[in-house]
Amino acid sequence: MADLIHLSADALAQKLAAKEVSAVEATQAYLDRIDAVDGAINAFLHVNTEEALLVAAEVDKARADGDALHPLAGVPIAVKDLIVTRGQPTTAGSKILEGWQSPYDATVVKKLRAAKMPILGKTNLDEFAMGSSTEHSAYGPTRNPWDLDRIPGGSGGGSAAAVAAFEAPLALGTDTGGSIRQPGAVTGTVGVKPTYGGVSRYGAIAMASSLDQIGPVSRTVLDSALLHEVIGGHDPHDSTSLTDPVGALVEAARLGQVEGMRIGVIKELQGEGYQAGVLTRFHESLDLLRSAGAEIVEVSCPNFRYALEAYYLIMPSEASSNLAKYDGVRFGLRVVPDGAPTIERVMGATRAAGFGDEVKRRIILGTYALSAGYYDAYYGSAQKVRTLIQRDFAAAFEQADVLISPTAPTTAFKLGEKLDDPLAMYLNDVATIPANMAGVPGLSLPGGLADEDGLPVGIQLLAPARQDARLYRVGAVLESLLEESWGGPLLAKAPAIPGIAGGK
Amino acid sequence: MAEINRDDVAHLAKLAHIDMTDEELDRMAGELAVIVDSIKTVSEVAGDDVPATSHPIPLSNVFREDVVGDTLSNEEALLGAPDNADGRFKVPAILDGE
Amino acid sequence: MTAGTDEVLSFDEAMEKYDPVLGFEVHVELNTKTKMFSSAPNAFGDVPNTNVTPVDLGLPGVLPVVNGVAVESAIKIGLALNCSIAEKCYFARKNYFYPDTPKNFQTSQFEDPIAHDGFLDIELTDGTVFRVEIERAHMEEDAGKLTHMGGSTGRIQGAEFSLVDYNRAGVPLIEIVTKPIEGAGSRAPELAKAYVAAIREIVKNLGVSDARMERGNVRCDANVSLRPHGRETFGTRTETKNVNSLRAVEHAVRYEIQRHAAVLDTGTPILQETRHWHEDTRSTTSGRPKSDADDYRYFPEPDLVPVVTNEAWIEKLRAELPEPPAERRKRLQADWGYSDAEFRDVVNAGVMSSIEDTIAAGVSAAVARKWWMGEISRRAKLADVEPAELGVSPELIVELNALIESGKINDKLSRDVLDGVLAGEGTPAEVVEKRGLAVVSDDGPLLEAIDGALAAQPDVADKIRGGKVQAVGAIVGGVMKATRGQADAGRVRELILERLGVEG
Repeated sequence: MADLIHLSADALAQKLAAKEVSAVEATQAYLDRIDAVDGAINAFLHVNTEEALLVAAEVDKARADGDALHPLAGVPIAVKDLIVTRGQPTTAGSKILEGWQSPYDATVVKKLRAAKMPILGKTNLDEFAMGSSTEHSAYGPTRNPWDLDRIPGGSGGGSAAAVAAFEAPLALGTDTGGSIRQPGAVTGTVGVKPTYGGVSRYGAIAMASSLDQIGPVSRTVLDSALLHEVIGGHDPHDSTSLTDPVGALVEAARLGQVEGMRIGVIKELQGEGYQAGVLTRFHESLDLLRSAGAEIVEVSCPNFRYALEAYYLIMPSEASSNLAKYDGVRFGLRVVPDGAPTIERVMGATRAAGFGDEVKRRIILGTYALSAGYYDAYYGSAQKVRTLIQRDFAAAFEQADVLISPTAPTTAFKLGEKLDDPLAMYLNDVATIPANMAGVPGLSLPGGLADEDGLPVGIQLLAPARQDARLYRVGAVLESLLEESWGGPLLAKAPAIPGIAGGK
Repeated sequence: MAEINRDDVAHLAKLAHIDMTDEELDRMAGELAVIVDSIKTVSEVAGDDVPATSHPIPLSNVFREDVVGDTLSNEEALLGAPDNADGRFKVPAILDGE
Repeated sequence: MTAGTDEVLSFDEAMEKYDPVLGFEVHVELNTKTKMFSSAPNAFGDVPNTNVTPVDLGLPGVLPVVNGVAVESAIKIGLALNCSIAEKCYFARKNYFYPDTPKNFQTSQFEDPIAHDGFLDIELTDGTVFRVEIERAHMEEDAGKLTHMGGSTGRIQGAEFSLVDYNRAGVPLIEIVTKPIEGAGSRAPELAKAYVAAIREIVKNLGVSDARMERGNVRCDANVSLRPHGRETFGTRTETKNVNSLRAVEHAVRYEIQRHAAVLDTGTPILQETRHWHEDTRSTTSGRPKSDADDYRYFPEPDLVPVVTNEAWIEKLRAELPEPPAERRKRLQADWGYSDAEFRDVVNAGVMSSIEDTIAAGVSAAVARKWWMGEISRRAKLADVEPAELGVSPELIVELNALIESGKINDKLSRDVLDGVLAGEGTPAEVVEKRGLAVVSDDGPLLEAIDGALAAQPDVADKIRGGKVQAVGAIVGGVMKATRGQADAGRVRELILERLGVEG
């Protein structure tokens, strides 16, 4: 059943509903694929074989009994290992949580369980989602299915690579500064960061609370919409959760219509620093949208140039506080130095041994930005820049219904290439960060392959807060026009993955 | 705006409860100096008239009803604990012995 | 660190040289059903680590949600302290590592407390009224409870390890902070006690706290500094923690004044530090010096949204406030017609509310006072409990009083009836019946006793016959003695006068 894994989630759901294929068959096909290729990709930190098959069997039984089932019942999914799950370990990609099992489920996981979607396992990520390459995982890097010597993006490289390598039809990611969209761009997959508050954060291990958002990872725009409707909606356990209904996202993706829409090209998110092949593909997408009846306008967001700076103050500040709880007292790693150490010393040793360099860097940077005498100049100023970025978005959305830019300035770089240069690594997020700063939704979809390296390029769409449906409406049109021009999905062009069996 | 030096990093590491070797302090100071240098202009961007935004979507008065919900059992609470005794989390002494 | 080794000056001598300046931080635990940010029960004395949710343990991925009742309680406290209520206020994180603090930050308020700039008029025992200015009242959460094990003292010093129970973690607290209190002079210790007593009374009266100091529902940190007479600038202050009874507040302030004076007399500066109060030695010992290490890196809590108040909400809460205790006392004293001395005794005995209830149940103010300040207070003292805790209901007093007024029993017998009722023998009427306590009302045996008493005191009988009616008391006394108190004294008097042919 090799073809089974190449189906979109929507197509698989239809075959399941028509009883052409069973949930157990579909789940087993994915588990077999993981077994075959994850040794090469390292997308999964934990494979949840038993439970996934059990849930699939339940779905098959329920369907046989004629019970009402969610449209996605039986469609398997992978979950980023930043999201807590009962019955499986949750590590956040860190040694400090090695072996820890959550006694509760994240709200999104509850929703997956309610929809009876088998959870295939937990996917790799940069430690505590801090990174743009998945190289900062304590459990080894994930490799890009397009080129195993290249990064799959980050922090959600595991989820994106799993979907790109057909190890899962769907995955959950989290996006603080681009961690869903940038991996989507460099792996040729679709990733959506919903409006802040659109999906509950309860159970997503916090990096930067005011920026974090859970969202869908998939191979098609419609599949993301389907998953988005499963996980979205109000949650009383998250005070920042919106009370608005999720909206007709699937309908928007199925309709796909851009005629008469104004699509704004963000002047500041192109040009210098952007790879030539990325810009070529980007301009092709603009032409396609124009040909479909959209009006392409240019908008200026002058304060976006400060977004990266402000982000690298706000994010580490919040992270330094969010990560204080990892101290060896209540859960996770405890390192006891020699002698009869005090709890102070145990905390210091535990955090020294349990956190990797990038996490330590951000904690120290955040501690600095919040400390007495610096707060106003750093954290306070950064929050003002945030206001300016919101104003830029407000002005831009006066002129355009959605905004468009490349998702990332370059295609996937080589593993290790930027590991010793944090600043160069941070620049990957330059186009994705403004959406997190303002809380607006963003979607990345494949825009083709760059001429110079043959690697995927991502196109990013941005919409006003609470207007996530617009992303799907425009994204679906662009996707179908592009696929028409390629003669099929972009992932069909991906090279075969050498079979290295995973040892999980 | 001040630069960040090795002593600053040592102080911050203490505040953040992360032990660092001399080598780490030196390396971290070097890396952070570059990062801080690149982000310090942030303080020059916005004037006093610009309000700060701490929450991306403005909400207010999100309250919970005062109704008791599910709790963890003692066993569940202690399940992930590195050490426990007597139904409680066990930690080394808080003050030095002397 | 041995307690009580510091030199102290006599209080009078200290007062000759210095003016004390006080300041208080009082923490009030609210009696909401659930915690400040989680739905775990807010309960005292349960099995450790059972009144906890993942939120209270600070597990990875959790988020706080504000208890709406706690917010209304905070506003009520603010209003009762004559404070302004903030139109908009945020929660803030106070970052510091300690094993009783599950997230290694306390969720509190910083720049914008819910209530600010109020005052409280404190009445001292001699009726002097002293105004204490309130700087702020803010919402925060309690920490868990540490128990220090090993070593000999059960104290933190010398302990080998500590055990942590997070049942108390997250219990809602309101911290009430005064502005510096100047001008109390030698009455500073008395004012300190009266201030904390007033706060306790107010929160109890509001019904927002159980206000039991012995359980830590109301906890006081007392700041003391001295300055030479005539100087404007404040001296260096110390903050005495763990002062958890009214008497201790008074003693701790007095002790610190005496200790400061002795230190200042030697020309040494006061060390700014926290001090720990020891009830056993009635002295303080040095805690932790305040230093730069106290860099709490406050920032707005991104996981909670601001509290925004409006006039209608505040006025609704104001309308729900009970009468302030001081006003209530004035009203009750006027209503009851007690003298200042009588009323002060009633207040000090803690029976004001009991008297109020008893009058409401249907007896006069004089009768209510007779019972509560007499027999019931006497019994309470013997049993070492509060009078209200004896289980004497207002209805019981009404019944006893009715029996007395109807002549069925007298004052002396009523005590036996009370004994019987409290022993569970039934209603007062049933006890009278069962114990055979009714006054002798059959005139036959009475006349016999009267004749006997008259014969025993012929000279008194002559005086009465001669018109000295007030001498009848001696004969009544004789009759009562003969009937072992079971006669109705009024009826006895009538019969004696009748017997002697004298008009009453």
